[in-house]
Amino acid sequence: MKAFAEEFKQQARRLTEDLRHRAIIQTALHKYEVVRDKSKAAFQDWQAARQAASETKWDAINHLDTYLLEFVEKIEARGTKVHWASTGQQAREIIFGIIREKKARSIIKSKAMTSEEIHLNDALEEAGFDVVESDLGEFIVQLKREAPYHIVFPAMHLTRGEIGELFARELGSVPSDNPEDLTMIARRVLRQKYITADIGLTGANFAVAETGMISITENEGNARLTAALPKTLISLLGIEKVLPSLEDLALFLPMLATAGTGQPLTCYNSLYGGPRQPGETDGPEEYHVVLLDNRRTELLADAEQRDALHCIRCGACLNVCPIFRNVGGHTYGTTYSGPIGSVITPHLRGLQDWKHLSYASSLCGACTEACPVKINLHHHLLQNRRNASTQKPSAHEKLAFKLFAFVMNRPAVYEFAKRAGRLAQKFHPLVRGTRLDPAYGWTKTRDLPPVAKQTFKEFWKTRKPG
Amino acid sequence: MNEKDKILARIREALTVRAHFPGGRHDSTTGGEVGRDQRAQLGTPTAPFVSAPHSTLTPRPSRFDARSWLPLVGESFEARLALFQKNSTELKSTFHVVDDRDQVSKSLCNLRDAENWKKIGIHSGDLTDEANRALNLPVCCTDQPYDVTDLESCDVGITECDALIAQTGSVLVTARSAGGRALSVLPPHHVVLARREQLIADLPDAFALLKKRYAQNYPSFISFITGPSRTGDIERILVLGAHGPKKVTIFLL
Repeated sequence: MKAFAEEFKQQARRLTEDLRHRAIIQTALHKYEVVRDKSKAAFQDWQAARQAASETKWDAINHLDTYLLEFVEKIEARGTKVHWASTGQQAREIIFGIIREKKARSIIKSKAMTSEEIHLNDALEEAGFDVVESDLGEFIVQLKREAPYHIVFPAMHLTRGEIGELFARELGSVPSDNPEDLTMIARRVLRQKYITADIGLTGANFAVAETGMISITENEGNARLTAALPKTLISLLGIEKVLPSLEDLALFLPMLATAGTGQPLTCYNSLYGGPRQPGETDGPEEYHVVLLDNRRTELLADAEQRDALHCIRCGACLNVCPIFRNVGGHTYGTTYSGPIGSVITPHLRGLQDWKHLSYASSLCGACTEACPVKINLHHHLLQNRRNASTQKPSAHEKLAFKLFAFVMNRPAVYEFAKRAGRLAQKFHPLVRGTRLDPAYGWTKTRDLPPVAKQTFKEFWKTRKPG
Repeated sequence: MNEKDKILARIREALTVRAHFPGGRHDSTTGGEVGRDQRAQLGTPTAPFVSAPHSTLTPRPSRFDARSWLPLVGESFEARLALFQKNSTELKSTFHVVDDRDQVSKSLCNLRDAENWKKIGIHSGDLTDEANRALNLPVCCTDQPYDVTDLESCDVGITECDALIAQTGSVLVTARSAGGRALSVLPPHHVVLARREQLIADLPDAFALLKKRYAQNYPSFISFITGPSRTGDIERILVLGAHGPKKVTIFLL
């Protein structure tokens, strides 16, 4: 349990000192901010839209059983097979089952954070299958054998030079640092994969209950090709993705784009309601939808933080977070990073192991302001802290408060402590910030406010009457 | 008990404790709480709403008012046309308004010669059939099951659509209106042929249209295509033609 927190601290320290890394992230996010503000300004009323989006998601999540069943009934009616998985292990087994039944060798994937969550790629590769990520950013980090850096911009921490070298090394391509050339290299490599892959695997942005459809938002066309060409298609999604009605998308699609990438609308917003239907000439012959719980129901049971399930994974809270911007995405060591990751990871993977993320926050509230569905993110960070210390109080804090109570209950000891403090303060500069400093835990990164020269009591005694 | 029942049981157990309605405080009333079905009947919102102090400036919205928050679209056909034109330019789509079918054929032949098309992907339809005749090139037709490598080798995919959306500059296609799933994404150039009355105002209209046209039997694939395929995954620098078409050309008759 200490291990995750320690690793986080070490990584955070290393990266905050890495000015080059910080410059890359600031540049990328600055570009995002400019377009985001422009798209936001085009809305007649962004705040009202946020309120409506959060009410809609509230409706969806607080009637989750009803809407899920409606979604399943509608999508199954058109020949889709729906699977339910309580755990990541079960979801992997379901997917392996489909792959084996189809005697498939190669799998083409479009971006799915849920598949990162259940470590699907590792499992598939270990079992000897050929798995290729088709989203350009995901393709890059897969070649680099890294986790995505950011839920929307997986390769934002790499420069074009680094990507050019990576492609030259892994793909044997002509070295280049031109983004267009690099994109075309990936395009050529992946074209063949779409055509030859046995199975396509996607995530989902929304699941529409009313009409039984999966909604996928993307820019590159990779998800569309993944859903069009292979004979078997699998979509893996969390149970919280559900939206009540089709027209809800009229609001959610532009909001997701604006908050996520800063675009008014992303390039492709597609709805999939089943395998190839009678009269249709392409698309998969079989369509499987895997609904994943993986402890989302535990988060659902926490009424106080239930709205964290409203999340549409746009990444806006990551982009504005002063912590994320300085420590970077990999430092979190989680599938979902940034404020939303800090809020939900303790629910998904254990509070005591991941409570440190809730302390890595300035509580500035920028995340809450940025969230298009108005999740009360910074309050949830505080609630995680409260829950963690209620569940397992810190020995240090306990001792400190005992000591405080001891001193405050004894006026003589208090008087003595006051004088001792004032005296000790004179010598403090000699050791301040060094390991000899008794207050080192505090002073290594912070100032210690000076003890007043005079207490209020002393002042009162010496004041002139009138 | 199978996993479905277990998950549903956990959900129902969790939902026995109520969560506060957004905008309200933990202890506030939930007077604003309205589900999907009630909203559909309500139309305009009238239900009382208690909001937190920080949001008192925001009037209580209903999600069926999406039109009043989304980017503004003019009333007239000319305003929509101008907006679609402006959005197309920003998205780097090419948009032509043409007078008649002859002119479409002529423009397509010019494009064919300029880009040196050798084979076209197409589906049958009122507008596409005429284009097909005029172009007079080898064809991969997606009305029947086809060979993917054959479609992949086409220089262009020519389709019709369900609607053009002024608000976003999008082309709304479905498996039924645009020759399946792959024709509009696999070839490097996507040409869209649309009629004047297909230009609609905004996203709420687009979903209403989908419902009206297909509610009895939805196609398995529906997509809003908003400009040529793009990526910003390398240093947030825009590159067109990531996996889908590098070019989108739209003709409005």
